[in-house]
Amino acid sequence: MQPEVPDRDYMFPGHVGCPGCGAAIAMRFLLKALGEKTVMVIPACCWSIIAGAYPQSALKIPVLHTAFETGGAVASGVRAALDMKGDTETTVVTWAGDGGTFDIGFQALSGAVERNEDFLYVCYDNEAYMNTGIQRSSSTPYGAWTTTTPGRDWKKMRKKNIVEALVAHRIPYAATASIAFPEDLFRKVAKAKAIKGARFIHIFASCPTGWRIPSEISVKIARMAVQTNIFPLYEVEDGLRYTINFFPKGYLVKEYFRLQGRFKHLTEKDLDQIQSMVEEDWKLLLRKAGLS
Amino acid sequence: MKRVLEGSHSVAEAVRLAKAEVIAAYPITPQTHIVERLSDFCADGSLNARYLRVESEHSAMAALIGASSAGVRTFTATSSQGLALMHEVLHWASGARLPIVLAEVNRALAPGWNIWTDQTDSLAQRDTGWIQLYCETGQEVLDTTLQAFRLAENVSLPVMVVLDAFYLSHTYEPVDVPDQEQVDRFLPPFTPRFMLDTERPCAFNQMAPPDVYMEMRRSIQEGMEEALGRFAEMEDEFKKIFGRSYGAVEPIACEDAEIILVTSGTMSSTCRQLVKELRSRGEKVGILKIKLFRPFPAESIRRRLKTARKAAVIDRNFSFGSGGIFAGEVKAALCDIPERPVVFSFIAGLGGRDVTVGDLENIYMQTKNHDVPQQESIWTGLRPASAPAPDLKR
Repeated sequence: MQPEVPDRDYMFPGHVGCPGCGAAIAMRFLLKALGEKTVMVIPACCWSIIAGAYPQSALKIPVLHTAFETGGAVASGVRAALDMKGDTETTVVTWAGDGGTFDIGFQALSGAVERNEDFLYVCYDNEAYMNTGIQRSSSTPYGAWTTTTPGRDWKKMRKKNIVEALVAHRIPYAATASIAFPEDLFRKVAKAKAIKGARFIHIFASCPTGWRIPSEISVKIARMAVQTNIFPLYEVEDGLRYTINFFPKGYLVKEYFRLQGRFKHLTEKDLDQIQSMVEEDWKLLLRKAGLS
Repeated sequence: MKRVLEGSHSVAEAVRLAKAEVIAAYPITPQTHIVERLSDFCADGSLNARYLRVESEHSAMAALIGASSAGVRTFTATSSQGLALMHEVLHWASGARLPIVLAEVNRALAPGWNIWTDQTDSLAQRDTGWIQLYCETGQEVLDTTLQAFRLAENVSLPVMVVLDAFYLSHTYEPVDVPDQEQVDRFLPPFTPRFMLDTERPCAFNQMAPPDVYMEMRRSIQEGMEEALGRFAEMEDEFKKIFGRSYGAVEPIACEDAEIILVTSGTMSSTCRQLVKELRSRGEKVGILKIKLFRPFPAESIRRRLKTARKAAVIDRNFSFGSGGIFAGEVKAALCDIPERPVVFSFIAGLGGRDVTVGDLENIYMQTKNHDVPQQESIWTGLRPASAPAPDLKR
């Protein structure tokens, strides 16, 4: 049973994201679920720009822009201050990109989750440093071109599994979500909002500019990432109880790869190898969910 | 009430009396006694604060940036490597105009590993937009910490209270710990002009293009300029309530002095001893102790030094490729006045090397016996190049 997504928006009609920006769609649905009693911390990422320059802001909630690696720490401080003022109702949310989460901000995030700070950390993942011009991050998938993995030096390492890293902290709630499944995304944010302690949502947010795709297929690409098992939708409670939310019907990864300029250099053999890597990851997830 | 307190505990007592609401800290020697004592206060309920045991100094400052932006009084303490790691977010705290108070225990930077006193760590942060106050005694440490909260909140800038490793942080002295009622009169609750508030949503620290950035920077400087006057006002008020004051600079026997030793921190106490002895021998010598380093009290320094023939600035710090940092600042303050003393720059006591009354007398004699400095920076107390390394078996 999927929830009713409210019409009310907490974004103004106007921001400076690129056409088809998955991160803008993700923000819109996140805020619909969180509502106005929300304070947002944004470490350096695309949204540092998308939100607009002084004196304007695209968001209808208080926003604290902060340094790149500080998402977990700044939110801990905001939470502590609100608690001291007796405000336990307001949700503190960190909104960070993959660079600020998987790489430079990982220490502060790990620290905040280990302390089980009462906040929600949301990573919108566009799989590279897009704001600085498409440089590789540890979230960039195997096989991708970026401006720092050009030509034959395309990325040969796997994408870091951030959810599993946080699950290893026994985080009370961790989930993946996708802009192509807004009701699922909304439900997970609403569920996370009601939980005490540290919560993490990993949102797959396509990037037409960085992925070299037409903006009109931004959502389609995000949907295909789920349908091919490249980005499975699942949630984990207390670091133990896995629930898989979507069981795909066997699309091949090459259908997803062939639509994106960032993968155009890959050979059939490379794609076969990636297909087996994806299947291996899916089997592992099924095992964790007790389904194999 | 008079108590015998360690310097670190004087800081902690002041933070308790100031009713800090969020504390975030990471351990580093020799700062740890401050945050250990604050942990005790939080645990036993004598301080009602949230204490965040973060995973780095960078996160300590970042957490306070979050807490202060949400409108509560905040405190942290660090030293050396920890302060260096904070560097990026020190800029953030002042740029965001947050009145965070930080106790910085001066410790040498590595390599090699050295936990002893040296001012280079705090002075290397001079351009971060933090007010810096240097302390000489345990009482001054307690008083300055209380003053720091008020000054910070008056001008919306962060304040660093600086104290020497071990000579202050680990030394027990009799300290008058004021009553809560007195402190409450001096330091009202923090009422921020702006804060994160869901009733009045605002964006903080967002993108600032060239057409607005410069004015924002200028306003930080205006805050610094205001801090000079506010410091004096605040000290007047402090004196009325507590009967003590220190001054942005403190002149000691300067009226008729021909040579003035310019000092900061605990070395000032050793200089006081020397000046007493030299005065008894008829030498016309004084001390100018600098407490406020940022904003730099250039006008007060000019006023106190201009009648002397020579000034000997003693720096327990060094800027590589330049010189002693206080000396550079003092020279810059003096260069535009026609009648000014010849400035000698001495480097002493780096990495906690002891600076005795004898060493300071040597500095005085070198200044007295030369018309102009023999070198841009005169390093004192060095082992001669031919001398053997210290005996490890000793």
